[in-house]
Amino acid sequence: MKESELHLLEKSRSPAPGAKLECRGLSYFYGAHQALNGVSLTFPDRQVTAIIGPSGCGKSTMIKSFNRIGEVVSDVTVTGEVLLDGESVYGKEIDVVELRRRVGMVFQRPNPFPKSIYDNVAFGPRLHGITDRRQLDEIVEESLRQAALWDELKDRIRGSALDLSGGQQQRLCIARTLAVDPEVVLMDEPCSALDPVATAKIEDTIASLKQRYCIAIVTHNMQQAARVSDRTAFIYQGELVEVDETAVMFTKPRNKLTEDYITGRFG
Amino acid sequence: MSISRNSYGILFESLCRGMTMLAFFVLVLILGKIFLNGYQIVTWEFLSMAPREGMTEGGIFPAIFGTIAVTFLMLIMVLPLGVGAAIYLVEYAGDGRAARIIRAAVNNLAGVPSIVFGLFGVGFFVLFLGRNIDAALGQGLIFGQPAMLWASATLAVLTLPVIIVTTEEALRAVPLSHREAAYALGATRWQVIQGVVLPQARAGILTGAILSVSRGAGETAPILFTGAAYFLPRLPVAEIPWLGIPMINPLDQFMELAYHIFIMATQSTNPTETLPIQYGTTLVLVALTFLLNLTAITLRFFFRREAAGR
Repeated sequence: MKESELHLLEKSRSPAPGAKLECRGLSYFYGAHQALNGVSLTFPDRQVTAIIGPSGCGKSTMIKSFNRIGEVVSDVTVTGEVLLDGESVYGKEIDVVELRRRVGMVFQRPNPFPKSIYDNVAFGPRLHGITDRRQLDEIVEESLRQAALWDELKDRIRGSALDLSGGQQQRLCIARTLAVDPEVVLMDEPCSALDPVATAKIEDTIASLKQRYCIAIVTHNMQQAARVSDRTAFIYQGELVEVDETAVMFTKPRNKLTEDYITGRFG
Repeated sequence: MSISRNSYGILFESLCRGMTMLAFFVLVLILGKIFLNGYQIVTWEFLSMAPREGMTEGGIFPAIFGTIAVTFLMLIMVLPLGVGAAIYLVEYAGDGRAARIIRAAVNNLAGVPSIVFGLFGVGFFVLFLGRNIDAALGQGLIFGQPAMLWASATLAVLTLPVIIVTTEEALRAVPLSHREAAYALGATRWQVIQGVVLPQARAGILTGAILSVSRGAGETAPILFTGAAYFLPRLPVAEIPWLGIPMINPLDQFMELAYHIFIMATQSTNPTETLPIQYGTTLVLVALTFLLNLTAITLRFFFRREAAGR
């Protein structure tokens, strides 16, 4: 399918309710290598949008363009637009630091800082100038509760984050992200390094977070996309192939490529 | 076939083991000789007294004091300079042409023979910097002569690559994923450095600092013309004006352990007579270096634990 047709497809539908985040004709280059080609997609508020596709299709690149984290480590070029509440993320007047506070990110591998559990969660708020102990205590508790960690860890929040299990570490990273009060949470294959039990817990957490945040989750696990998301987008070779309600997508995909992918004929 | 292949393996292993034994043997030989010849000399008096009778009797306290003082001053100068440069190179400069040239220059600096630093120290610090300061002040000869200040500055230049390279390594060892996590929370570059990178790199930086001290403490050539004295009847100490608190006087000359060994062995009127003192001084210097390295290892262990939030 051609890129222009995909545009039309996306537009012809009724726009998703309360689009929080949106990309239009987004292309992304690492040096000379093009990772994304004219992708247009909307992310409704208080919904989980799953992005699926085979390895190297550009799905991680896509969400890394939303909080502009890609440009921190690589030499990148971006064309097209990413809009947060209708405001261009790559615009001249945007404050990248504030953007990243509003658009949080959970990474593929749990990456807690080698600090205490408390200091991990308090790290973000402290960056943004919160020094009051009581306020920090409240934020830490609230964030850990949202990540379903508080009851497990409340007695050892001064202990090292590195002593936690992989699943706990990843939920700690979620708590750390929530502590700066973001509006959007991006998750880049958050369970790929975890066992099934830990994965189930993260998925439960995602389900409860949906009530407050706009969530975009990249996954190459089809079952996971089916379980946690409201909408699913299928990316293939840097282009958006199809996007729909998850239930529709997994039962009646319109595109042959999508069907082949979700039925496991390639991937 | 397989037997011969296997015997090559055994041969190689024995060869490597032999080399290890040889290296260890040489080390034990040197340290053993120093210890056996020196330990009887090293008494409390030897450590706490000044040399007497034309340096054929007495102790080496001024040399110990001078060594500690000069390396302390050196550290004050080299640490901010080296750590600052390394942070710039790793965190800001990227991998551009300029950064690569600077890196190559730093690595080359590490290979320059120490006597070259000594001559540079005289030429640049004492004669150029010192004399010009004196000319500007118009108070006579104050800065334009060999002094602890210039000796430690020369040592600072000598140990600069040690600090830069170890700090660079320590900074690079901080995982990218931790930096990314901080950026994703809305940290500025400086906040990432200060909140994530430096706390994790601290142990490595500290190790570099101590390695530079143990390197600097053992050097002779750089201080030869820039401030070390053959013999001083007094300690390089002066009172801070108005406060009356004694402190190291950086404008004075000083005695130093490695230099003391050198002059005892080569310049003394009777090198054979002072042989026990030479051994004793060497033992003290080796022990001091060993102690510094031990501190480095201990601190590293301590900071590693702390860095993990334990």
